[in-house]
Amino acid sequence: MLGRGADAVAAPVASTATVEGFARRHRFRPYEALPWVAALSAYFLFPGYLPLAAQILATILFALSADLVLGYAGIVTLGQAAFFGTGAYTAGLLAAHGWGEPLTGLAAAGAAAAAVGFLSGLVILRSTGLSLLMQTLVVAALLGEAANKASGVTGGDDGLQGMQMWPLLGHFEFGLYGRTAFFYCLAVLFLCWLAVRRIVHSAFGRSLTGIRENVARMHAIGAPVVWRRLTAYTISAALAGISGGLIAQTTGFVALDSLSLERSGTVLIMLIIGGVGRLYGAFIGVPLYMVAQDRFSSIEPVYWYFWIGLLMVLLVTFARGGVLGLLDRLRRR
Amino acid sequence: MNSLATVFSIGFHGVAFAMVLYLISVGLSVTMGMMGFVNLAHGVFAMAGGYVMTSLMNRHGLPLPAALALATVAVAAASLPVERLLYRRLYGGDELDQVLLTMGLVFMSGAAAQYLCGALQQPLRLPPGLNGGVRLGFGEVPAYDGLLIICGALLVTALWLGIERSRFGAKIRAAVDNLRMAQSLGIDTSRLFSLTFALGSGLAALGGGLGAALITITPGYALDNLVYFLVVVAIGGLGNIRGPFLAALLVGVADSACKYLVPQFGAFLIYAMTLAILLWRPRGLFGRA
Repeated sequence: MLGRGADAVAAPVASTATVEGFARRHRFRPYEALPWVAALSAYFLFPGYLPLAAQILATILFALSADLVLGYAGIVTLGQAAFFGTGAYTAGLLAAHGWGEPLTGLAAAGAAAAAVGFLSGLVILRSTGLSLLMQTLVVAALLGEAANKASGVTGGDDGLQGMQMWPLLGHFEFGLYGRTAFFYCLAVLFLCWLAVRRIVHSAFGRSLTGIRENVARMHAIGAPVVWRRLTAYTISAALAGISGGLIAQTTGFVALDSLSLERSGTVLIMLIIGGVGRLYGAFIGVPLYMVAQDRFSSIEPVYWYFWIGLLMVLLVTFARGGVLGLLDRLRRR
Repeated sequence: MNSLATVFSIGFHGVAFAMVLYLISVGLSVTMGMMGFVNLAHGVFAMAGGYVMTSLMNRHGLPLPAALALATVAVAAASLPVERLLYRRLYGGDELDQVLLTMGLVFMSGAAAQYLCGALQQPLRLPPGLNGGVRLGFGEVPAYDGLLIICGALLVTALWLGIERSRFGAKIRAAVDNLRMAQSLGIDTSRLFSLTFALGSGLAALGGGLGAALITITPGYALDNLVYFLVVVAIGGLGNIRGPFLAALLVGVADSACKYLVPQFGAFLIYAMTLAILLWRPRGLFGRA
């Protein structure tokens, strides 16, 4: 169903070329350096936009987590914000209650989100289709309402304030210009990207694709489908939590909307704009969306949603598969 | 006696809310069940109904019934080209594309509503007779809630009779049960989809307009209330018009009770209940296996 990725092709009889292709698919290609070159050049070209760039990098990680669960494991979720928000509140509450060390805070954010992902996945991943979609949505709504009502702890609607961040590695202060935040987010994203890349190219990642493409057959060959899906869901939750933690730590604030349906929806939108199940959709969709949002918002803050909505409708109608899908089609022509 | 009056008042308000929820959600259940389409934009039609009705009343001085009828017809008519031009291409397609399209429509409609009518809640000036209360057995109940229940009950009866007895209803049931068989029997499902979609949108507009005092008309309407509409459909089961009614009653009364008795929990208990029901019966309480 989601088999638009380059890896969805399976020949009935594997030719030598196919076998070699599979053997080589995990090797690094020159174009894979592009996002990092772009990020580093953005540092020198737009020094005034480093806080925005840090947000973009952290959100790319969020979209990457959604890509793992959606594009590879084929779990259509509208509740990814549950994990993002859990991470953000974990990191935020730690920093607001006297533990402002960034790296351990971030690890705690990832662990808390992974725990929520594991526990919720344990109960909801037995269903499929629309029921699963609804359950992911309800889990996020449940946590959002809990955070809203527990305003004594979370600040409720006003958001969590009073975070005190310590310097990164005991040395680099989170300053006004966002240099530390930028490199912090870049480094975390790079490490997580390496991990995700490794996962999707591993035997485990192949079996996820198998489950996405043909569940019945994977059951028939004895793959532990439920556990594979749960594992992918938990890893994805941890990544989303780290992303939430990054944004909380670098902005010093956690808003209630970090658990909202809107957050779950927009990350899907950014990912789909880039292209799902390709590992690089997140790197294209998120900067496009967030830079456009930043530009539009400075002109017409309210009506930004009209234009992004129109873009989404046009995208579905004329350019399925996102930017990367469009590039694929142009290349084949 | 006092606690009995409380229970009565909670129940009465809950049933009134349930009527609004049902009118809005029933079309969603049928279109999702028949066309297999994840329609996150259904609330847009309810919102449009509310906006058209309140602006006809506030700006042009129409009475409530006329404004409501006009709004229903206008939204149903406007939904036809939307279905034909945008939705149709994605039937039976990828769920992700459907999510993207309908979320796009939600975003656009919210921004358009804010552009046309401002960010504030639309005021609803009820006729004088509807503002007060009415004495019933156990105590006084709001007249507006009473009107909602009466209108809701009439509409539900008409809808059920229509779906069960009319030829059009039989075609809808056939298409929900087995789309390909219905097509081979010569039912024009393309036209059927359009008409059903328009009917569902019109009912949603009616619900949005009637319930404008319960679910306030703001630009965030379609997104803020989406979870509630989806909850009703998910609990009630897809492609079915009775399940959502019982689900709406359950959600409406539970919501009313939670907000009155344990306001510190808000909607938390409703979501917890939904999750529990979906875990127990993934296809909803009344969905077919």
